[in-house]
Amino acid sequence: MKVSTKWLNEYVSVNDIEPQVLAEKIERTAVEIDAAGRREDGMKKIVVGHTLSVVDHPDSDHLHICQVDVGEAEPFQIVCGAPNVAADQKVIVALPNSRIADNIKIKKGKMRGVVSQGMICGLQEIGFPDSVVPKEFADGIYVLPEDAVAGEPVFGYLGMDELVLELDLTPNRADLMSMRGVAHEIAAIYGREVKLTHPELKDMSDEKIADFVDVTADETLAPTYLMRAIKDVKIAPSPMWLQNRLWNAGIRPVNNVVDVTNYILLDYGQPLHAFDYAKLAGKEIFVRLAQEGEKLITLDGEERELEPTDMVIADANGPIALAGVMGGQSTEVDDQTTTILLEAAVFNSSLVRKTARREVLHSESSARFERGINIATVKEAIDAAAALIAELSGGQVVAEMAQATFKEPEDTIVKVTLKRINDVLGTDFDAATVEKIFIDLGFGVVQTDGEFTVTVPPRRWDIKIAADLLEEVARLYGYDNLPTTLPVAEMTPGHYTDLQMMVRSARELLEAAGLSQAISYSLVSAEKAQRFLMEPTETTELVFPMTSERTTLRSNLISGLLDDLAYNTARKVENIAMYEQGKVFYKKAGEDRPREVEHVAGAMTGLFKAENWHDAKQPVDFYIAKGVVEHLLSKLGLEKGISFKASQAYPEMHPGRTADIFLGEEYIGFIGEIHPNIAQEYRLQRTYVFELDLEKMVAVKPKQEQYVPVSKFPEVKRDIALLVAEDVTNADLVDCIKANGGAYLADVEIFDVYAGDKIADGFKSLAYKLVFRNAQATLVDEDINKAVEKVIKNLQEKFAAEVR
Amino acid sequence: MSLKEQLTELKEQGLTQIAEVQDLKALNDIRVNFLGKKGPITEVLRGMRNVEPAERPIIGSFANVIRDELTAAIAAKKEELEKAALAQQLAAETIDITLPGVPVKSGQPHIIAQVIDQIEKLFLSMGFQVVDGPEVEEDHYNFEMLNLPKDHPARDMQDTFYITKQLLMRTQTSPVQARTMEKHDFSKGPLKMISPGKVYRRDSDDATHSHQFHQVEGLVIDKHITMADLKGTLELVAKTVFGEEREIRLRPSYFPFTEPSCEVDVSCFKCSGKGCSVCKQTGWIEVLGAGMVHPNVLRLVGVDPEVYGGFAFGLGPDRFAMLKYGVDDIRNFYLNDLRVLQQFSQKG
Repeated sequence: MKVSTKWLNEYVSVNDIEPQVLAEKIERTAVEIDAAGRREDGMKKIVVGHTLSVVDHPDSDHLHICQVDVGEAEPFQIVCGAPNVAADQKVIVALPNSRIADNIKIKKGKMRGVVSQGMICGLQEIGFPDSVVPKEFADGIYVLPEDAVAGEPVFGYLGMDELVLELDLTPNRADLMSMRGVAHEIAAIYGREVKLTHPELKDMSDEKIADFVDVTADETLAPTYLMRAIKDVKIAPSPMWLQNRLWNAGIRPVNNVVDVTNYILLDYGQPLHAFDYAKLAGKEIFVRLAQEGEKLITLDGEERELEPTDMVIADANGPIALAGVMGGQSTEVDDQTTTILLEAAVFNSSLVRKTARREVLHSESSARFERGINIATVKEAIDAAAALIAELSGGQVVAEMAQATFKEPEDTIVKVTLKRINDVLGTDFDAATVEKIFIDLGFGVVQTDGEFTVTVPPRRWDIKIAADLLEEVARLYGYDNLPTTLPVAEMTPGHYTDLQMMVRSARELLEAAGLSQAISYSLVSAEKAQRFLMEPTETTELVFPMTSERTTLRSNLISGLLDDLAYNTARKVENIAMYEQGKVFYKKAGEDRPREVEHVAGAMTGLFKAENWHDAKQPVDFYIAKGVVEHLLSKLGLEKGISFKASQAYPEMHPGRTADIFLGEEYIGFIGEIHPNIAQEYRLQRTYVFELDLEKMVAVKPKQEQYVPVSKFPEVKRDIALLVAEDVTNADLVDCIKANGGAYLADVEIFDVYAGDKIADGFKSLAYKLVFRNAQATLVDEDINKAVEKVIKNLQEKFAAEVR
Repeated sequence: MSLKEQLTELKEQGLTQIAEVQDLKALNDIRVNFLGKKGPITEVLRGMRNVEPAERPIIGSFANVIRDELTAAIAAKKEELEKAALAQQLAAETIDITLPGVPVKSGQPHIIAQVIDQIEKLFLSMGFQVVDGPEVEEDHYNFEMLNLPKDHPARDMQDTFYITKQLLMRTQTSPVQARTMEKHDFSKGPLKMISPGKVYRRDSDDATHSHQFHQVEGLVIDKHITMADLKGTLELVAKTVFGEEREIRLRPSYFPFTEPSCEVDVSCFKCSGKGCSVCKQTGWIEVLGAGMVHPNVLRLVGVDPEVYGGFAFGLGPDRFAMLKYGVDDIRNFYLNDLRVLQQFSQKG
């Protein structure tokens, strides 16, 4: 809502308040101010000019040379290209060295060899948006009324000197969609009087409205539906004062009838519509729902196919307006119109809203009906409009008002106690302070024994319950004036749940291991959602996605990480280690709602450690990724039951470099290199990924760690190197060593793996360090030798291992 | 020469050689030479049999004195030479300490996670629970339980991704509050919670809009919670995240689930209220929305609004991060450009 303080001042005096102070006060007490300023701000030396003569430029097919009286001794010569410039017009002249909109400076110059002392302007050039420029001046210069005085600044003529506050209304403050509503609010804020004028209808014709029209409406659609007729109107442009008020509020002036309906809309917040009576089919008007297949061309020229939820105004032939949203072209007021049917109504807000949303047709009218209007001033508004139309158009108001329905406005009674107010706000108000606030708001108030009975007028329909009154008291007293304390309540422990703890520990551990956190989009393409699955799932899809990239909820985290890796490598950041922690969504066939599971995943590519002057580079490989996972699981206390099993189950993974991860018998995730085809799709080098189900991990409670006395006796180490066939795995060998190493074998470490020139094809060499420990006594060589012999014997038997 | 004279001369010779020696090996040779069993002192003492028995003890003890003197001189020289050798070794070991240290590989939390962690820590310390909830939510909890029936005009403010007629991507984390209030046993004490998490709106992604972002919503319900308590709590949040010297200002606003409602501005941390481009010359930056829980919301979860009441607030970690670090494009947060993320690695 754009509020001119000049207009506002007619209803409540604000001229004595500094604009910034007023704006700040409104912000702190009512609603945000999006902008506060005058259209003339930043412009200068723009005056009224009188075109004395206009001749065609000899060297141009469209330029004119104008001699313009700008109030100086001699006329100024100005070259103008506008098609509508003519002699004896009052025009807007930007003098040499003036500033027009967008801080553009106008200088004296030459146009095709002819001196031009300034510029004749259209409204757009002096800061008017296209949307408010009258259509007849849309493509040329603006012509001021004849009585404008040459040489005077144009700002006053065009209302550009008025301070306009742009209020950003919250949905509950529909009362501020009218000047009168704003006046009440300002009066309440400053404790001032509101002075409102009320219309007087005179010189009514002998004919009565019943001679013109009969109206019928369904109460549920239009609880109030009224019409008046004005005859013998002469359509013309509106006077400047009215045009100024409209365009300062962001509305385009059209003619003296339409402008009045818009003016009353701004003044009272009451949307009105004017029909050209002559264009009506029959004498009956109906407010009803549209029927299947009905169509209507609205004022904006669009043909709309109506649905049975659309409310329409109809005549004998069908719909002539979309009720509360927009009028129809067939009954539009035009230059030939002589009799007007004026409609003022209260329409069902949710139906207006439905239509406005479906047709994407948000008008000044629908905005007000959707949010709710002041139902107490419907009659006053239609009378005010009728009186002003008659005055401006020389017409005569037809006696009486047609009334299809009328809902009697009623005040709302709300009770609240002083104790309640102080309890909730944390204040210490006395009754008089609170009572004054209600009186300033224009509410009726009676106080008995600390209880206020407040009578709220219909213009503040948003106030229905005690809490609403609390807000009024708090904001008018000033939120900033309320005391500041911290809640005093019974002590409650603040701690994380086990899953929250695991999520946070996992994040810290992965960061310590060198992976940075990513937060990617949960919504991905259907294809990416379905990759790297840890369990079979249906997709969870949006009904109306915004783009094909974001249609489906992810069922894995790796896809998002690969997007991140691709984004970075495309920008030459090529050594990346990232992880993401978040939810994936699994859905069973036939169910609507997906199951949400907390996962953690990692992706690594390029070098894990870059080369530096001190160390060689370390490219990422399977074992580095596996090390990260082992570090994570071990620090979470889960390393005991962990096993890795080679897997070829994932089409997106390298079949020879992927492992499922088990915690005991439970599958908790996988790790490996992504398939070359996927790497190519993302333009990535070899990339290693893992994904784990944190909820399965948290289900396993790690055992409390226990102290083990440190052995006083030295441990003994023995190294063995084995030559085995290529397909024998480390796990096979370690299991065998552990099974046969005896009671003192404490640890088996692999310290070398070799396959190559020095070894026969199809074979590899693995070297292990066996650590023996006895807490009770010094180990005897003989015992160790026996144990090692047994290990070797078994390795030879089971794997044909050759000891090197 | 008498034995005494011979011994004295040997001593002089020994001391001279010790003084001149330059390395440990030569020093050891001197020690063996003079003090060994086949050394000259032993040799001289063999001539004792020719000495008067009465003088023998005198000569003997004189020889011992000389032996001790040489031993001490050798020991002193040895220490001196060892010191010099160590000093030389250390000098040779000098390195260029201006070469860079070997980088320690470490990752870092995402900027948004850093902001959320900071807020979580504050509220945990005040005895709040952190409560998670589903990101796919029912219309019932996301809207209806929060006093937003189907036709409510405020639903315009949030365009929603629907999955079915009843299921949607949550547009706020407040449904978690509705779910928690419903379950909470108020006879066992107050409810104090925050719910951080991802939320979704049907928006086109641009510099200031993202279809996915984060929220932290907070809720306190008890018997005597006031709007003054809300102000105090929010002031603490503002100071924790944006700095101790920040002030807050409250403006009236509208949310269907609170009444009274307010929006909260924090004094501009760039210009401290003087007016700059960050605060659009106002000195204030809007950072969160809050209010006293609407009685309808309490009633809907089965809590008596005549007995219980409280406050709720919601803030956007993405917006906090943008403001705090001067990030000008929200998409930076979700593209995970390491050149952006790694700028924010400082531990609070």
